[in-house]
Amino acid sequence: MNQYLYHVVLGIVLAPLAGSLIAGLFRNQIGRLGAQYATILGVFISFALSLFVAKAIWLDGISPKDFLGYIWMSGNTIFPFTFKVGFLIDRLSALMMVVVTFVSLLVHIYSIGYMADDDGYQRFFSYISLFTFAMLMLVTADNFLQLFFGWEGVGLVSYLLIGFWFKKESAIQGNLKAFLVNRVGDFGFILGIAVIFTYVGNLDYAAVFSHATELAADKISLFSGTSWSVVTVICILLFVGAMGKSAQVPLHVWLPESMEGPTPISALIHAATMVTAGVFMVARMSPLYELSQTALTLVIVIGATGALFTGLLAIVMNDIKRVVAYSTLSQLGYMMVAMGASAYSAGIFHLATHACFKALLFLGAGSVIMAMHHEQDMRKMGGLWKRMPITYICFLIGTLALCAIPPFAGFYSKDTIIEAAQLSTIPGASYAYYCVLIGAFVTALYSFRAFFLTFHGKPRMDHHTFEHVHETPWVVWVPLVLLAIPSVLLGAFLISPMLYDTHTVLGNSVTVLSQHNVLAEMKHEFHGALAMIPHALLTVTFWLVIAGIFVAWLAYIKMPNLPGWFAQRFSLLYRVFVDKYGFDALNQMVFVKGTKNFGNALFKIGDRKIIDGFFVNGSGISVRWIALRARLAESGYLYHYVTAMILGLLIFLFIMLTSGVID
Amino acid sequence: MIPFTHYLVVAALLFAIGLAGIILNRRNVILLLMCVELMLLAVNTNFIAFSNYLGDMAGQVFVFFILTVAAAEAAIGLALVTLLFRNRGDIDVEKMNLLKG
Repeated sequence: MNQYLYHVVLGIVLAPLAGSLIAGLFRNQIGRLGAQYATILGVFISFALSLFVAKAIWLDGISPKDFLGYIWMSGNTIFPFTFKVGFLIDRLSALMMVVVTFVSLLVHIYSIGYMADDDGYQRFFSYISLFTFAMLMLVTADNFLQLFFGWEGVGLVSYLLIGFWFKKESAIQGNLKAFLVNRVGDFGFILGIAVIFTYVGNLDYAAVFSHATELAADKISLFSGTSWSVVTVICILLFVGAMGKSAQVPLHVWLPESMEGPTPISALIHAATMVTAGVFMVARMSPLYELSQTALTLVIVIGATGALFTGLLAIVMNDIKRVVAYSTLSQLGYMMVAMGASAYSAGIFHLATHACFKALLFLGAGSVIMAMHHEQDMRKMGGLWKRMPITYICFLIGTLALCAIPPFAGFYSKDTIIEAAQLSTIPGASYAYYCVLIGAFVTALYSFRAFFLTFHGKPRMDHHTFEHVHETPWVVWVPLVLLAIPSVLLGAFLISPMLYDTHTVLGNSVTVLSQHNVLAEMKHEFHGALAMIPHALLTVTFWLVIAGIFVAWLAYIKMPNLPGWFAQRFSLLYRVFVDKYGFDALNQMVFVKGTKNFGNALFKIGDRKIIDGFFVNGSGISVRWIALRARLAESGYLYHYVTAMILGLLIFLFIMLTSGVID
Repeated sequence: MIPFTHYLVVAALLFAIGLAGIILNRRNVILLLMCVELMLLAVNTNFIAFSNYLGDMAGQVFVFFILTVAAAEAAIGLALVTLLFRNRGDIDVEKMNLLKG
């Protein structure tokens, strides 16, 4: 059984890689259809095998397995460390594998329609399959090195795909921004791994977790006079990595720019999977995070800040994809709040439901964009609901799930997170609670704003375009329907097994200390998924959401002049939102300009002055200076030469006499 | 009998005069040639003096060779001076500074 399962896992990870290589390297030989079928087959195999592993784990109840794949490097007595490729198959990684391969498969199918008339068809399929491989390496890793490999792998493919249309200036700007911001995060991440390696001497999860309590007891002095627990330092550094990858404030600036890429990858990479890698990582490292109150506080505060304040920005965006992107930032904040509140299961639960409904929203937005001939501005849409009913209904389901309307999937996961933040006792939790609570109102407002602007009201495009809008082909809407189903049902079905059953879905994969265990408290209040629905009517969250929807309806259907009036009346606030709190301006001023000026200074002083001026030209000038004086000795007069010769002879003679060479 | 040292003094004086002539003369190339000859003769005088003093005839044989070579050299030197005069129109040492750096 063991060996058998190992081969299954290998198949899961390697099938997308094989598909990617075939589509990428032989793109001219196999053509568009070949590339499309090769990659879809690879991901389908991966998905089917993931389901098999999921069955083995949850139905047959096998214990977590740690497979050794390949020893990459092993040292002797001088360097007694081993680096390897290994696969940790437990409840957490099995869940992630299913989510990743499911969304990936649907996005592959969707791309057939979306990318149909693109020249880079094979390249696109090769990239997204490669992404699936890297993401699977990330979630199945059993050591930090492999985690880092997957982490960088998804980052690379993300970079390649944001800049997929590499002739578009804004796409290149966007992928450069994503790449640079992620470097900042990855720097923290690799420093965290380095600290772990220094203190444990082993990068395997199992070894590191078994040393967790010792790490918590150890002290490290970062700046003179301060003393930090090693585990806190590790957790914060790793979280910096998560901030980059999962786009947490203040490293969130790259995610809206990443919308320059094709819409399917926005759904796959920048909504459902890659950006949740940070959340997954924190859950995976729960044995470490649990031991550091400081790190948990940081996680919850950063997460809550992102949840509320990036949500507010979505209200003023006009690009349909950017609205969904900011909503992703906000939802990632919610997941991090769950992590900070030690409700890891709730965070992963939200990750899974969010993967479905956010991929649905993105693909729905993509479907609209396709129908509108690549128009993304919501101000030029409106009234589309009659023209594309399937997309309309799917988008509505996604929006309702995002807004946490019972009984849609988002309701269960989000409600749990809000409640967990309320019950959590760590510092910063009450701030987080109010953030996520107001965030619920904001979410409803911006998502229904986008919904109303796109599908309702009067058509704002010209008559000719409107006449030509029609439902997208089946390869596009079938994935929408397939994602809409879990967006409705997943929450109700999963909430009990995920959070409250005796053997939860994640089981021992995550560690929660008893004093942090908010989910155990919530368990007393839980009376089944259906009972939550009438109960929701009594909660403040639900009415905030309804209020948000009502405000959106009022402002964008009933009184369309209201937003303009508001923007004028509160122009300062409006400007702050439109400028995105000035993060971009700050980055532009401090980092871009700063780097430019620093480079300029290096160029002018270091290069021009010191190297060119002093060393290169300096040696030339000094030779010239010496020669100018030395040439005066060359008068050309014979008698001068003779005099010099005689003087020289005399000096030699004198030296020889005094030094006793001759008596 | 003239003492040995007197020969050496005379030779040294001759050499010094020749040298001074080369250094101080600013006019005539022919004068330079003559000064060179003078220094050569001073050396010859030394040769003969030492040959006599040490009772070795080799020194005097050398002097004959040197005289022969010096005669040839003087002939070449004068020829060069003639050429120089033909090309430049004068043989003024002061003006011969083409090697100036």
